[in-house]
Amino acid sequence: MKTGARILLECLRLEGVRHVFGYPGGAALPLYDALYDEKQIEHILVRHEQGAAHMADGYARATGGVGVCLATSGPGATNLVTGLATAYMDSIPVVAITGQVRTHAIGKDAFQEADITGITIPITKHNFLVKRVEEIPETISKAFHIARSGRPGPVLVDVPLDVSLAKMAWDPSMYPDKADIPTYKPTTRGHEVQIRRAAAALDEAQCPVLYVGGGAVLSGAEAEVRELAERTNTLVTTSLMGKGIIDEHHPLSIGMLGMHGTAYANHAVHNCDLLFAIGARFDDRVTGKVDRFAPRARVVHIDVDPAEIGKVRVPEVPIVGDIKTVLAAMLPHVKPKPWSAWNDQIMEWKSEFPLVYPSDGRLYAEYVIEMMGQATNWEAIMTTDVGQHQMWAAQYYKCRRPHQWITSGGLGTMGFGLPAAIGAQVSSPGTRVLCLSGDGSFQMCTQELMTATVYGLPIIVAIVNNRSLGMVRQWQELFYQERYSHVDLQASPDFVKLTEAYGGFGLRAETPEEFRNALSKALEVRDRPVVIDCVVPTEENVYPMIPAGQSVDEMRIRENLEELKVTVDTEGEEWSFDREERVLEQFVALRKGGSSAERGS
Amino acid sequence: MAASLTRRAPQTHVITALVGNHPGVLARVAGLFARRGYNIESLTVSVTEDPDVSRMTIVVAGDQLVLEQITKQLHKLIEVIRVADYVDAPTVERELGLIKVRAEPKDRGEIMQIVEVFRGRIIDMSDRTFVIEVTGSVEKLDKMAELLSSYGIREMVRTGVIAMARGSRTA
Ligand SMILES: Cc1cc2nc3c(=O)[nH]c(=O)nc-3n(C[C@H](O)[C@H](O)[C@H](O)COP(=O)(O)OP(=O)(O)OC[C@H]3O[C@@H](n4cnc5c(N)ncnc54)[C@H](O)[C@@H]3O)c2cc1C
Ligand SMILES: Cc1ncc(C[n+]2csc(CCOP(=O)(O)OP(=O)(O)O)c2C)c(N)n1
Repeated sequence: MKTGARILLECLRLEGVRHVFGYPGGAALPLYDALYDEKQIEHILVRHEQGAAHMADGYARATGGVGVCLATSGPGATNLVTGLATAYMDSIPVVAITGQVRTHAIGKDAFQEADITGITIPITKHNFLVKRVEEIPETISKAFHIARSGRPGPVLVDVPLDVSLAKMAWDPSMYPDKADIPTYKPTTRGHEVQIRRAAAALDEAQCPVLYVGGGAVLSGAEAEVRELAERTNTLVTTSLMGKGIIDEHHPLSIGMLGMHGTAYANHAVHNCDLLFAIGARFDDRVTGKVDRFAPRARVVHIDVDPAEIGKVRVPEVPIVGDIKTVLAAMLPHVKPKPWSAWNDQIMEWKSEFPLVYPSDGRLYAEYVIEMMGQATNWEAIMTTDVGQHQMWAAQYYKCRRPHQWITSGGLGTMGFGLPAAIGAQVSSPGTRVLCLSGDGSFQMCTQELMTATVYGLPIIVAIVNNRSLGMVRQWQELFYQERYSHVDLQASPDFVKLTEAYGGFGLRAETPEEFRNALSKALEVRDRPVVIDCVVPTEENVYPMIPAGQSVDEMRIRENLEELKVTVDTEGEEWSFDREERVLEQFVALRKGGSSAERGS
Repeated sequence: MAASLTRRAPQTHVITALVGNHPGVLARVAGLFARRGYNIESLTVSVTEDPDVSRMTIVVAGDQLVLEQITKQLHKLIEVIRVADYVDAPTVERELGLIKVRAEPKDRGEIMQIVEVFRGRIIDMSDRTFVIEVTGSVEKLDKMAELLSSYGIREMVRTGVIAMARGSRTA
């Protein structure tokens, strides 16, 4: 006979779970008791349950697998809410397990009772309240299946105390091979006729653009997307969530589109005659005013969620299915095409409206990002918080592969960056993990620095310290007549001392040179988190910008663009030490050292 | 949950959803409508020939695009088995109403005539009131309520529409 709690852990093992991020409490005591002698699953003790949810989320995004978090009933469970909503908006597979009061006490305002299944209906793909110990294996199997299949998303499993204490005879051979949910059968294979029509549309188009989103990343379709782009010589723009689906150094990549996308990507989309949308959901940050978005284009739209197709824009060629499966079926029908005059036109836009920033001796966020990229050969995982720094990172951090870019797009959750970096580093001890944060965002989950220290995680956080809630300040400047209402963050802790108080390594940089030195010191650290407080000008804005609800015609660009184009040669910036070698050394050392997380516990 | 007592909004559609008979399904469906801002005219839940399955009949207001979103979003709920809208199919739709109407002795004859014409039944009677039962289309119930209103409707309850496709098609 085994307790429900033990059975639950065995089920997690069977789902391949190796790490759980959590925080204990009364209703979760049996689960924590079972964890006490659990050998195969490592539990990471966080400092706030929101951190646990974001870590599970970051873990999932870095690996393409499912992240797991654990909390007690009541306040523990409600602290997960922001994290679950974040994962839900970006379709990230997370399984959250919460303790609940005893079944007979449910609905009676028992101590630490919260109706967490009720609360999370709108922010989970599905949730379960387990009523009897016999239901545990089937529920866990369904939860993982629902979380990772179709359009992925978070699933919550609420386990009352008496259910995790109850015993039954069980062994792993009794675990369901496959979750069978008759009412849930996502369509993965696209319609053959539509697939051929899509291939034909691409062949016929004079001015096509691929608009690739998070769905392609979730589907693991990078090879298919690249093949499609290369064979037809079609330029690729991605949403914020699609970054890395094609190497952003690739000549066919034109960066992100949308509100803060590159001018050339937005001009390309505005003027294209075929918009080929792959796992992207026409978010309002992308389309602006919908009827002025890609006004001349026919639209091909591939998405696994039928509700996304036609939600914003009715496509000429709708395809419901999994990106990888659909593109694999499409490629045999796709004919090669040469580099086109249309592509030349886009390249002209690119040289007319490049991404540039001042080099006047002061430190700029854009520089910080470029240096972090160069120093790590653009191979590090980059997590971000939310605000201006996030948009600069989207513009300047050129990802080489999917799962390398981890950001909260749909919900835009400040405080996501640090815990997401921790989750990513736990999942991938041999990979360098960077986090770009803001002085506002960093203060939303600072406590997780302690977690990073305890588990010896060498993540490098650069705080873009503009002493302001920059993104809000920018909107107040541009759209609220410079009435700067409550965006001043002059009063902040000393981030260097704060980091040291948490046992990390704190550094400060006020000039480009100081930053380079700080970064090279940071890259030496292997056993604890590093925070670099980067002091940047307050008044910098993110450009280009298409104001909300408007179109590319209203796009604002840097006023002194022409000047900057002449004075700045961003590509030519020399990295101060022999970076390739140094970075390689780092990676090898990290791999040899094994999982620092394991050593830390 | 008959939101409007008499008139349906200009463009309404009947949707049938077969759902797993679990606790909480109604909350998921109702929550979906509230959250996404869809207007429910009426919603009925009932048992079906299969004890594990309940049937929801929902009357919603909105254009074709809204209807399409509603059916797709409903379908995404894990416990929803099937969703059918009856845009292109002939259906029978019925609603049951109970109307408590003021029935002064001088009006009783007239009221009974109205009931007769609408094939309703008087199922309860006091010295001042009748309770009338009537089934039929929404329009029929609207019309009857309108005619009775001149005598004074004291109370009215309507079940909301239930619907079924004509012929051999099922939901
Ligand atoms: C401050 C701020 C500014 C922003 N500015 C911009 C901006 O300028 N540009 C921009 O692009 N975004 C911007 N965003 C992000 C934006 O809000 C959205 O999150 C983003 O555009 C959505 O990306 P997506 O369309 O790729 O969809 P995602 O949210 O990544 O959704 C994925 C889509 O793929 C589908 N899908 C999932 N799995 C599969 C599969 N296996 N097969 C097929 N389909 C699948 C899903 O059903 C869904 O429709 C900003 C966010 C913030 C916080
Ligand atoms: C939890 C949360 N609260 C509020 C917001 C609204 N918001 C968006 S960006 C921003 C400012 C972010 O400031 P900071 O982290 O310093 O980044 P910066 O824009 O200065 O780079 C705010 C308050 C949010 N996205 N998330």
